[in-house]
Amino acid sequence: MPRVIVDVMPKPEILDPQGKAVHGALPRLGFHGITDVRQGKRFELEVDTTDEATLAEVAKVAETLLSNPVIEDYTVRVEG
Amino acid sequence: MAPKVGVVTFPGSLDDVDARRAVRIAGAEPVALWHGDHDLQGVDAIVLPGGFSYGDYLRCGAIARFAPIMTEVVAAANAGVPVLGICNGFQILCESHLLPGALIRNDHRTFVCRDQQLVIENASTAWTSDYTAGQTVTVPLKNGEGGFVADAATLDALEGEGRVVARYVGGNPNGSLRDIAGITNERGNVVGLMPHPEHAVEELTGPGTEGLGFFTSALTALVAR
Repeated sequence: MPRVIVDVMPKPEILDPQGKAVHGALPRLGFHGITDVRQGKRFELEVDTTDEATLAEVAKVAETLLSNPVIEDYTVRVEG
Repeated sequence: MAPKVGVVTFPGSLDDVDARRAVRIAGAEPVALWHGDHDLQGVDAIVLPGGFSYGDYLRCGAIARFAPIMTEVVAAANAGVPVLGICNGFQILCESHLLPGALIRNDHRTFVCRDQQLVIENASTAWTSDYTAGQTVTVPLKNGEGGFVADAATLDALEGEGRVVARYVGGNPNGSLRDIAGITNERGNVVGLMPHPEHAVEELTGPGTEGLGFFTSALTALVAR
């Protein structure tokens, strides 16, 4: 069964306290090469087909429920 | 007959009982509303209380927005019925697009729980008419995701149109842009507020009674109608 991936990320201009917390922990663990971390969400949607109508529906789901367009951007891609 | 103010209980709501109590102390009749119903039971105003509706899964308020009763709440709000969202209720109003902007995790990443001073900037909404503009009040504040954000144009519009209802005084507790604690819609009937006026309605159980004005304001607005 095909799978569609929706990635949701905080918009670049929106503060990401979780990413900051992760980034802040890295030096304590001995990792010094990473200059920034931003944390988002990944959704895996199982679908019957990946035709145009289905992908349009997934985009609608991503826009109305999976992300909040005020603070987040999303991308949709078919896996495989 | 006293106006009826409905308080919606979602799975995970915490402050619904306190909100009903505040409504009663203000002199209105509290009505418990259930998220799963399509029935506002003829109430004259609506409070969306604080808490963690649907476990705050996905985003705070994101799933509550699609609760059955929200169809009726959104329609009522658009028809001019006074609606107050407190804390999680504010998040639900933003997710429902009844108010602009969004609430994100506190900038300092810790939950904040303290008595918070606010300045009431707009005393002409359905929920603030018993205050005077410029008045400061102290009510409890308790949130993990209370940082109000919106783009600069939206913030400018909110300020330009007098739609900032309350601002934090004495230190910004959560990173809210421009110290915004509460906003209203263009019509002034929908108000979202991150602090908790329902916890400041009796001397015994709060920092004072300065939160009561939000609830008596709605009563005043309803009686005058």
